[in-house]
Amino acid sequence: MSEHGTSIGFYVMIFLILLVLTGVTVSAAFINLGPLNPILALGIATTKALLVVLFFMHVKGASEKLVKLVVLSAVFFLLILLGLTLSDYATRLWS
Amino acid sequence: MAMPNGPQGERENYLNKEYGVGSWLLTTDHKRIALLYLMSITFFFFIGGFFALLIRLELLTPAGDLVQADTYNKLFTMHGMVMVFFFLIPSIPAVLGNFLVPMMIGAKDLAFPRINLLSWYLYIIGGVMMLHCMLTGGVDTGWTFYTPYSTAFTNTKIVEAGLAIFVAGFSSILTGLNFVVTIHRMRAPGMTWSRLPLFIWAHYATSIIQLLGTPVVAITIVLVAAERTLHLGIFDPKLGGDPLLFQHLFWFYSHPAVYIMILPSMGIVSEIIACFSRKRIFGYNFVALSSIAIAVFGFLVWAHHLFVAGISIYAAFVFSLLSYAVAVPSAVKTFNWTATLYKGSIRYDAPMLYAFGFIGLFMMGGLTGLFLSALGIDVHVTDTYFVVAHFHYIMVGGAVMGYLGGMHFWWPKISGRLYPEGWARLAALIVFIGFHLTFFPQFVLGYLGMPRRYYDYSHMPEFQVLNVLSTAGATILGVGYLLPMIYFLWSMRYGKPAPDNPWNAAGLEWKSASPPPTFNFDVEPVVTWEAYNYEELDAPHPQEAPVVR
Ligand code: HEM
Ligand SMILES: [Cu+2]
Repeated sequence: MSEHGTSIGFYVMIFLILLVLTGVTVSAAFINLGPLNPILALGIATTKALLVVLFFMHVKGASEKLVKLVVLSAVFFLLILLGLTLSDYATRLWS
Repeated sequence: MAMPNGPQGERENYLNKEYGVGSWLLTTDHKRIALLYLMSITFFFFIGGFFALLIRLELLTPAGDLVQADTYNKLFTMHGMVMVFFFLIPSIPAVLGNFLVPMMIGAKDLAFPRINLLSWYLYIIGGVMMLHCMLTGGVDTGWTFYTPYSTAFTNTKIVEAGLAIFVAGFSSILTGLNFVVTIHRMRAPGMTWSRLPLFIWAHYATSIIQLLGTPVVAITIVLVAAERTLHLGIFDPKLGGDPLLFQHLFWFYSHPAVYIMILPSMGIVSEIIACFSRKRIFGYNFVALSSIAIAVFGFLVWAHHLFVAGISIYAAFVFSLLSYAVAVPSAVKTFNWTATLYKGSIRYDAPMLYAFGFIGLFMMGGLTGLFLSALGIDVHVTDTYFVVAHFHYIMVGGAVMGYLGGMHFWWPKISGRLYPEGWARLAALIVFIGFHLTFFPQFVLGYLGMPRRYYDYSHMPEFQVLNVLSTAGATILGVGYLLPMIYFLWSMRYGKPAPDNPWNAAGLEWKSASPPPTFNFDVEPVVTWEAYNYEELDAPHPQEAPVVR
């Protein structure tokens, strides 16, 4: 009941934050931060994804263990995808 | 007036409850949706088969005389895309899984009946897009869409084919989602996890792959389309991209996808082997968990498709080891099926013949997979007919054998009619012989060095004998596939009415009527027995015997 996820205003606020972050991504593309470029872009993208998963998809506050298990296994498989792919990129003979 | 044992036509069931096209197109009954899928995938199976026939006819002679090079490229591409995405991936889950998952766990329907119908419509939309793509020119990249050819060079309909597969992918995701939720939530009282039929475990594992893998291939194909139209530079080296990134992303889904095709088949084989040797599956827990192990380990081996593509040799070494590891859970299953047969009272009805066929063909497919996982051998046989033979032994030999076995086993339940057993055994034999004749010569051809995807081998006329054998086999195989279709259709009208449990099989689905009523069970079942309690079933029941004093 004390869930803050119930009011429409709350969702609108999350939506606005997402829009602002999109704006930040676009404007950051015009500033060259060198090696920080991808880190910033991916950082913002991860934040946005987190907001969507936690609030729009109601994962925050879900009492079900099953929901947590589903989210964790999805993250786990994402790490497999990134990790094993990087195992190739990190050790390839670039010439 | 319920008449449990009345004549078949008079009992109300899911088939005769309502009539008319609308009652089918708007149905949310999982059993009717299963039949909608059955008709649609059969249609695509014949389209894919038609392309295969043309491929085999072209290879009958060394010269490229039947079709032109471009046409040939399109033929094997459309053959692969149709067979993989529009036949094999939906085949068992969307037809038999749809029909049986709720029945086997004692539920009235799937958890989301309308999403189930939506998944069929998505499949049809994707299928129509694919048909349109084929009729207006098709694609020539191979079913694998490899970049940079697909993004920068070919002028065929990549974007359209990609979108078709994207849409069909969502139908597959929805099926998986439905199964996971249903298996968690809708089990009848007493149907604990350790009492689930192995068919359910296999479908649970399959659903995990569908849920976690399919989004990756969907996005990857969208990236190909985006790069083609907007020149983004993700995969194209000229724009700073990496073509191998495409292969990583594609196979991250597409290796596990081979388990989407084979796991449900393994589930079917477990059911059939138990029933026709009248025994509980040997090592139930191991067989159940090996399905989950396959789903997880299957995600760790994808780069064995990239061994010669230029990946790091260290990564290749790791992926080679992991590929050997994934064979272990498959072997666990094979050994346990064999152990189940030991001292069983075996009956050789048609479903069992298909199950035996599955075990033999899957074993040859799996073991040649180990050849391919060895880095040295793979260099020699990659992109040859050896690989073609390997994956056909598994996908056609294994998965389709299991599918046909399952269709025969559950046909009395689905249709309420018995199929002609003699014809069915003959068909099983024809499929088995035709299959070997088609694909065994391809192992030899590949080992001798015949490359895949060539339409003209006139510089190597000595390959013709093996190719002729293969084409001849394909004809026999075609007859073997046509036969069941004919006698299944025949039995719908002329077949004897099926009793509720013609095989005297364990499993909740057999406790329902044949064909089942719309909500599957007249009273909600309560499960008090273990899975595959054949010893109990076959034991004489003293309390039921007439009392003679
Ligand atoms: C269980 C079901 C399996 C299916 C459906 C399957 C299917 C396939 C397919 C479709 C390809 C061809 C890829 C292409 O070049 O287009 C392939 C290649 C390969 N398979 Fe399998 N496979 C299965 C099992 C295995 C197993 C158990 C192993 C090893 C332990 C394995 C190892 C390989 C390897 C290494 C290749 C790459 C060959 C190459 O292109 O050089 N496969 N498999
Ligand atoms: Cu693979």
